[in-house]
Amino acid sequence: MDSTTSDRVPLASTASEGLKIVIVGGFGVGKTTMVRSVSEIRPLSTEETMTQAGQDVDRTNEVADKSTTTVAFDFGRISLDEQMVLYLFGAPGQERFWFLWDRLFSGTLGAVVLVDTRRLEDSWYAIDRLEHHDTPFIVARNNFPGSTHTLDSVREALSLPADIPIIDCDARDRESAKRVLIRLVGHLVALSSKVAVS
Amino acid sequence: MVRRELDNEGPDRLYTVTGGRSQSDDPDLDLVTLIVSSAEPVPGMQSEHARILRMCVHPVAVVEISADLGLPVGVVKILLSDLLRANKVTARHPRLTSGRARTQLPDAAILKKVLVGLHNL
Repeated sequence: MDSTTSDRVPLASTASEGLKIVIVGGFGVGKTTMVRSVSEIRPLSTEETMTQAGQDVDRTNEVADKSTTTVAFDFGRISLDEQMVLYLFGAPGQERFWFLWDRLFSGTLGAVVLVDTRRLEDSWYAIDRLEHHDTPFIVARNNFPGSTHTLDSVREALSLPADIPIIDCDARDRESAKRVLIRLVGHLVALSSKVAVS
Repeated sequence: MVRRELDNEGPDRLYTVTGGRSQSDDPDLDLVTLIVSSAEPVPGMQSEHARILRMCVHPVAVVEISADLGLPVGVVKILLSDLLRANKVTARHPRLTSGRARTQLPDAAILKKVLVGLHNL
């Protein structure tokens, strides 16, 4: 039952630099689908737990204490070249998840907020938290059948500043998912050159 | 994708695996730190340690080890810090993006390399 590393293509022996991009979105919005579209491995899943501060860690008979937060997340990977390996994480945007953001995703290049226009309110919190963590991001609308809003109206509904890109995508489509990542990294390049100039 | 129920493992097993420790003593271990074995498993070694050594013949990220062992990331970091201390594995830490200030973007040259890699997919 164990999936093991032997089931999948190993990384090049020269791989030395792991990079992270996080796809954040509400339940069922297509995060794992997008990861699967571009990943060179079948998406894997794991979890992290955190015991809230103040907990006496020596009281081992209470390891299952109520103050333990568990967050599950999916991920895939893309070997970019001989050295660089990009890990793509699909992360739930719910409240408890953000307690673990710094521990899991510090050093993340940037994030994609995947939105479903039928449940825009799911994205407000994620956008607020990313801004709080100073994580650069773009917004991608996963085109579910029947979404009739224009991207401008979505931008307005999300109160998204003009300098944050928003694009359409089809999370099932490899080329489309690739374009989302390229758009994000392009945005990061623009931000970093702006910083360099100022 | 089948999501394994890690919760079914129960805290007792996690306690046993880590010898009761709850924190890794290597704060540098990142989700995407790549681990490579530098020793073979030996008889009598804790089974999780032996499995990590077998799986990391090629570089494997901490998060992949966690998924493969079906153990939370924090528990895997504890196991890895044991192996690092014993010089049985080496760690390739992300140098380009860690340690920078939260608001600081990585170098544009690195981002451009990432862009090239994505275009070539």
